[in-house]
Amino acid sequence: MRRCGFVHLLGSVLLIGFVSSVSCEAALTGHESNHSEHEHGSSLSGIPIVTFKWHHVETPYLVALFILVSFLAKLVIEANHHVTNIIPESALLICFGFILGGIIWGADKVQTFTLTPTVFFFYLLPQVILDAGYSMPNKLFFSNMGAILVYAVIGTCWNAASLGLSLWGCHMGGAMGDLDIGLLQYLLFGSLIAAVDPVAVIAVFEQVHVNEVLFIMVFGESLLNDGVTVVLFNVFDAFVSLGGAKINAVEIIKGIISFFVVAFGGSLVGFVFGLLISLLTRCTKNIQIIEPGFVFVLGYLAYLTAEMLSLSAILSIVFCGMCCQKYINANMDENSVNTVRYAMKVFANGSETIIFVFLGISAIDKTLWVWNTGFILLTLLFVIVYRFIGVFFLTWILNKFRLVPLEVIDQVIMSYGGLRGAVAYGLAMMLDENKIKEKNLMVCTTLIVVYFTVIIQGITMKPLVTWLKVRRAAVSELTLIEKVQNKVFDHMLVAIEDISGQIGHNYMRDKWNYFEEKWMSKVLMKPSARKNRDRLFKVFHQLNLKDAMSYVAEGERRGSLEFIRNDHAYIDFKKKFDDDYYEEVMPDIMADMSEDHGEMSSGRRDPVPSVSLEMHEQNMKAVRDSEDVNTHHLLQQHLYRGRKQHRHRYSRSHFDVNKDEGEVQEVFQRTMRSRLESFKSAKMGVAPPKSLSKHPKKEQQQKVGGSQSSSADFIESFLFCLLDFEFSEGDSASGFNPSYNSMPMRVTYRAGAGIENLGFMPDLDSGPSVQLPPWLEDSSSVVPSQRAQVQLPWTPSSLRRLAPLRTSTRSTDSFMMADAPPNAQQIDLPPPPSPPASPPPPPPPHHHM
Amino acid sequence: MGAKQTRSAQKYQDLTDKTGFSPEQIKNLHKRFQHLSDNEETISRENLEKIPALANNPIRKQIIDAFFDKRNQHQNEVGAFQEIGFEQFLMVMSHFRPPTLKTTEEEREAMRKEKLRFLFNMHDTDNDGTITLEEYRKVVEELLSKSGAIGLEAAKAIADAAMLEVASTNVPHMAPDDFYEGITFEHFEQILKGLEMESRMHIRFLDVDTMTMRCGKSKS
Repeated sequence: MRRCGFVHLLGSVLLIGFVSSVSCEAALTGHESNHSEHEHGSSLSGIPIVTFKWHHVETPYLVALFILVSFLAKLVIEANHHVTNIIPESALLICFGFILGGIIWGADKVQTFTLTPTVFFFYLLPQVILDAGYSMPNKLFFSNMGAILVYAVIGTCWNAASLGLSLWGCHMGGAMGDLDIGLLQYLLFGSLIAAVDPVAVIAVFEQVHVNEVLFIMVFGESLLNDGVTVVLFNVFDAFVSLGGAKINAVEIIKGIISFFVVAFGGSLVGFVFGLLISLLTRCTKNIQIIEPGFVFVLGYLAYLTAEMLSLSAILSIVFCGMCCQKYINANMDENSVNTVRYAMKVFANGSETIIFVFLGISAIDKTLWVWNTGFILLTLLFVIVYRFIGVFFLTWILNKFRLVPLEVIDQVIMSYGGLRGAVAYGLAMMLDENKIKEKNLMVCTTLIVVYFTVIIQGITMKPLVTWLKVRRAAVSELTLIEKVQNKVFDHMLVAIEDISGQIGHNYMRDKWNYFEEKWMSKVLMKPSARKNRDRLFKVFHQLNLKDAMSYVAEGERRGSLEFIRNDHAYIDFKKKFDDDYYEEVMPDIMADMSEDHGEMSSGRRDPVPSVSLEMHEQNMKAVRDSEDVNTHHLLQQHLYRGRKQHRHRYSRSHFDVNKDEGEVQEVFQRTMRSRLESFKSAKMGVAPPKSLSKHPKKEQQQKVGGSQSSSADFIESFLFCLLDFEFSEGDSASGFNPSYNSMPMRVTYRAGAGIENLGFMPDLDSGPSVQLPPWLEDSSSVVPSQRAQVQLPWTPSSLRRLAPLRTSTRSTDSFMMADAPPNAQQIDLPPPPSPPASPPPPPPPHHHM
Repeated sequence: MGAKQTRSAQKYQDLTDKTGFSPEQIKNLHKRFQHLSDNEETISRENLEKIPALANNPIRKQIIDAFFDKRNQHQNEVGAFQEIGFEQFLMVMSHFRPPTLKTTEEEREAMRKEKLRFLFNMHDTDNDGTITLEEYRKVVEELLSKSGAIGLEAAKAIADAAMLEVASTNVPHMAPDDFYEGITFEHFEQILKGLEMESRMHIRFLDVDTMTMRCGKSKS
């Protein structure tokens, strides 16, 4: 691991070296060629085959290369887990920046890469903040809104004022020697360094997993205090330009008013853009490919618009993300939602990485370093001390009003988590050197504060959290019952508030929800999306999905051949594995089978395996919108994936699927073979005497295949041929194949769900009936064993357990029927492995082994 | 007159000890109580059902039942009241008191138990110590009945799935022939461990007079 890291590091260093040398050479050659052109004048030297045009591509090339290098740095850092466990990634990235900056300095003798405010505020910051807004836990945020605002507004003002005044006081007292800084400039400096930085906070707190209230406090504060910082910075900047004499009450009042305008205006702009995105995604059904793009473009526009109107751009993009998250997630296609989510993370994480590397690089600049021990150390001290004082004082006031008071430990972490970051640096760089003589000292001090908070506090944060025993975030997903209980809670609290006649939080939330449900959702959400949006419902679906998986897995563990004949298990099975593992399956066959079953299935409704039918429901979700749900379409949805999508005709707007017969055949065979392999290993695990099973199998197969022309039988016969082939080949392969174990079996239902069925295993070992698989006998002659009749051993035990609980046999699947469009019913219900009472489906009925 | 005042002060003091509310809160709640009961001594179901803001609440019935449930009075009685007095009203309300900084760990634990018990009783309508599937289904159905998208069948299925989840959590090694009878209080506690009941199941009881604020409420 370490060696690999070293190699990467070396590689990136070499790259940088290469680039700088290339740039020198390029400059030289460029010069020379110019020269030669001049010499030769008009004489044509022919068309050059290859030209080296470095300057042509220089800027984008360097940008791309820089990004690549930062990403590689991240890769190296993340590869060493034992290091990142102790030192947070952000600190390591800054250190990497130091090294990189040193190399560049060494090569160029001047710092060519510095983080300019334009680059930072226009190209790096927006995506980080958009991501923060988009993945903001809204409910948590709004229920702590009051406290967050207090910290963000009053806390930041306090920090700025106290820092500025104290530094000025120390200056007056002569602690800093000879500096040309006035009171206003101190206040300006205080205002730029007062704000807690969202990028740094996210980076550090993401790794410590404190409890969610604590997190939202720090995180929310870091986002919202931007409005304050911008106003303070602008106001003091204006004051500095005006000069102390011209400041009067009017100007100060103007400054206060501008705070409200900037903060609320910014939020409003974000809100409007959020609504716009939601509205737009309502009607992007036909351009699903670029649908995710809207989110990014409009988000960015929200940022720029706010910037243009000199409002708080950060607030704008935060609110934009927060407003639209619910609606776009409901409106857009599931794939688009995932795309947005991933792309957002890619951008945010990427630019976060770049920001930190840049912060490191910026340090290596001789012109920047103006050392003034008094100023720097005092700043550092005051920043930390006033942060603590501010947080403790504000919390003391807040705790008088909060229902759940913040504990002292939480307050310590909140104070300690007041990390400063790139925003402060960006603002410091924006200072005008003509107006502020000591700009470099301020930038330098800002950098030191940033390094100190990010590196030292970042490193010590985790031990501190552990040492103070701060409540950590619960990592587990909420279970269904917890979600239900949460809902009960919400309603109950509202009811109690109603009865006791209080207008409280819950009351407000209830009213808002009502309004939101009634108006906003109606306008902003697709009607079809409204239906499926309930969170409870979603969890329910996921649960069912898991159920289905464990169902198949259990069947597989039994080594039962049966479930591949059972086509819904077939689909599940396929789904369970990576899609590129089983690239494609013949759609036509599958379609036939499903239709066959559709006809039969109306008569047979069995509560036990119904859960696995949910799978189809899931798969259909995407299709359901289009009115003509047909089998083919459905199957194509999940059967065609993987490789095939990548070759074939190129189309920018559609993922076309190749329906070429020959290929389908070939693919089918391949799939069958690979499936068989996994399956054989399962079979071999229970070691059936294959000599016995071999020939009867073939005979039987032919018989069945002959009598019924169903395509399912084709699959079978095909499979069995392969099976025999494989058996004779892999004679010695007894016991579980390791590859079987390594297959992605996601059967985590909940602790203890996938239980072995004790009734089954002995049956397998002892009974000779297994050796001649019973389903191969004529379908009419199949008689389930006594045990099977009683126990339904094939069904997973977790499902079976529910059976006695059910009073109605029409439970889940009947709901499915109600939910799906009528023509979906056909494909919806392939027969479950049924109890003996059910009528025989076209493939011989399932015998419960 | 003076004697009456001291008597009511004495009464408030008793209630404070019993329920943990501050005298101001009790005064406020008393006002509310009188408002609800039209200045009667006791309150009946009809009184509560008439509250306009409650009309939209899907689990209104369960909540109101909880007020008339003798189990929530901590006196080891079962059954239901026809009407409740102010003291009973307060006792039920006291389940929703928030913890304070001064609450000790044990008190917190006791509070949590009480809150959980309240919730449990809400589900366990026949007081047999377990929430059976039917009982649970009923709550879930009513809970989901207001959100139009989810039908009755779906609600049933969700209740079933949740129940199954509980079963698989609490009895991981179930013999094939067993079946899960229902959620006992212990299991209930176990499942809801992650919800931080003690810090969530509470509302704000104001110390100041809220009668003046009700004008906003009556409109809705």
